[in-house]
Amino acid sequence: MNLDTVLWLVQDGISNGAIYALLALALLLVFAVTRVIFVPQGEFIAYAALSLTMLQAGQLPGTVYVLVGGGLLAAAYEIAAALRARAGARLPRVLAFYVLLPAAIAVLAWWAAPRKFDLWVQALIVLGLVVPLGPILYRIAYQPLANASVVVLFIVSMAVHYALTGLGLLFFGGEGLRSAAFSDAQFKLGVVNVTAQSVLVVLASVLVMLALWLFFTRSLYGKALRATAVNRVGARLVGIPAELSGSLSFLLAAFIGAVSGVLVAPIATIYYDTGFLIGLKGFVGAILGGMASYPLAALGALAVGLLESFSSFWASAFKETIVFTAIIPVLVWRSLTSRHVEDEEE
Amino acid sequence: MNALLEVDALRVFYRKVEGLHRASLRVEEGSVVTVIGPNGAGKTTLLGAIMGLLPSSGAVRYAGAELAGVPTEARVARGLCLVPERRELFGELSVEDNLRLGAFQRVRHGERDAMRDLAAIYARFPRLEERRAQLAGTLSGGERQMLALGRALMAKPRLLMLDEPSLGLAPRVVRDIYHIIADLKRAGVSILLVEQNARAALQVADRGYVLETGQITLEGSAAELAANPRVIESYLGLAARSAGA
Repeated sequence: MNLDTVLWLVQDGISNGAIYALLALALLLVFAVTRVIFVPQGEFIAYAALSLTMLQAGQLPGTVYVLVGGGLLAAAYEIAAALRARAGARLPRVLAFYVLLPAAIAVLAWWAAPRKFDLWVQALIVLGLVVPLGPILYRIAYQPLANASVVVLFIVSMAVHYALTGLGLLFFGGEGLRSAAFSDAQFKLGVVNVTAQSVLVVLASVLVMLALWLFFTRSLYGKALRATAVNRVGARLVGIPAELSGSLSFLLAAFIGAVSGVLVAPIATIYYDTGFLIGLKGFVGAILGGMASYPLAALGALAVGLLESFSSFWASAFKETIVFTAIIPVLVWRSLTSRHVEDEEE
Repeated sequence: MNALLEVDALRVFYRKVEGLHRASLRVEEGSVVTVIGPNGAGKTTLLGAIMGLLPSSGAVRYAGAELAGVPTEARVARGLCLVPERRELFGELSVEDNLRLGAFQRVRHGERDAMRDLAAIYARFPRLEERRAQLAGTLSGGERQMLALGRALMAKPRLLMLDEPSLGLAPRVVRDIYHIIADLKRAGVSILLVEQNARAALQVADRGYVLETGQITLEGSAAELAANPRVIESYLGLAARSAGA
């Protein structure tokens, strides 16, 4: 194994690791705010990547049906709740967010699909299709059970995961798809060929992380999310609605998933169920980071990327095994060093 | 005077929480009302139910409207605020961020200059200004109580509910806190004060209630309660002994 190979593996590891890091942050955020272990995080990636590829082929992505259907279902929940609380004033906002917005994006996608716009425009449309799925999923599956235990919420997550993969199979088919690269450029950095695509992945990940950091440290809503994560009762007492922080954290998670999906679409062949495995690696990263600190989770995810890339070189048949085995020593160490915290009861 | 808060036959029966059996009380606009009673009498439960943190039956009317079904955050938006016994600060956020979040409802409802009130809070609690960049989790007990009070004041409360504000604090800090309560009363804030420290509470209050094992057993003006032999016996014990000596 010479230096060229090592550098090439490092490049590969870092660009995968950057995506896992984004996912690790999303999983951590959702868990801290809502106590949901968000298994379907990976589905956002698959939906985004496959939607992008379908738009490139000039087809209308099936995501529009999930978006519009989900929006209608969420609106039904909201309308029922508003009627029960006799809060009719809420209805216009509900309809705008859960019905009009998804419909508008669906029409936009339907109009844009055959016109084969520039890849960047298509990427924006994909974000529009996938990001609203976050709050919609939260409204349908999680908000009605907001006070349930972590285990119940986890089971809901599994159900949502299977539902979304099933819908994915229905709308995208079983074929693997790969989109065109944003750029085919390559340049030499010392002895190693760096592809523009992998630079783009790393840059985009860093940018998203920076934006998240600014959001969490500068804006009142970002601080409100952190406040909810540290003290749920305190958050209620200053008037931060649990539904708002839940919805917002799912929105961010969907945004992160959609960006990751757009980024991986050109570097990996994505099937309707690939997202799960990618999301799981982000989860491993978050666990390596102790499931508590954002910087540690990002580092852990980077380590997962590197580990994966090196093990696929040395023992490609075992690469997944090696990555997932890596959590065992971490879990053992953590369970030995950390106090056992009872599942909180409310 | 108008009743700002009217609690009528409030019942809470909820898992591990101490129950509350048909408790009724009133807080007039602009007055200080105290609820005294022993540990475990249901005082915290009472405040939790008024705030909408605990499910309850019976009626809670605030500012002329029934609060049943109104979520906690909407109660905060109407100026009903609680400084809980456990403070419930955001330990991993700075002192200033804790205060800013106190105004979350006001900002959310479009009040753009809500953050100007930070200056007034810092004027009242200079210690908090010194520590503005420090994490709330690193504060001392007295500072934590001041931050909890300051955070609640950022919400511009019309009725401020304080749960054991003097618990675990040094006497000097307790005095400071009670000065602030008297100040707030002069500024027109109505206050519902729950205390084990009956002496301090009855000094600042207009009216008082005694809550024992989930029931209101006595009520009256603060002066009446302070003179009531049973209150002296059970809650102002020291005073009774020293008066008798």
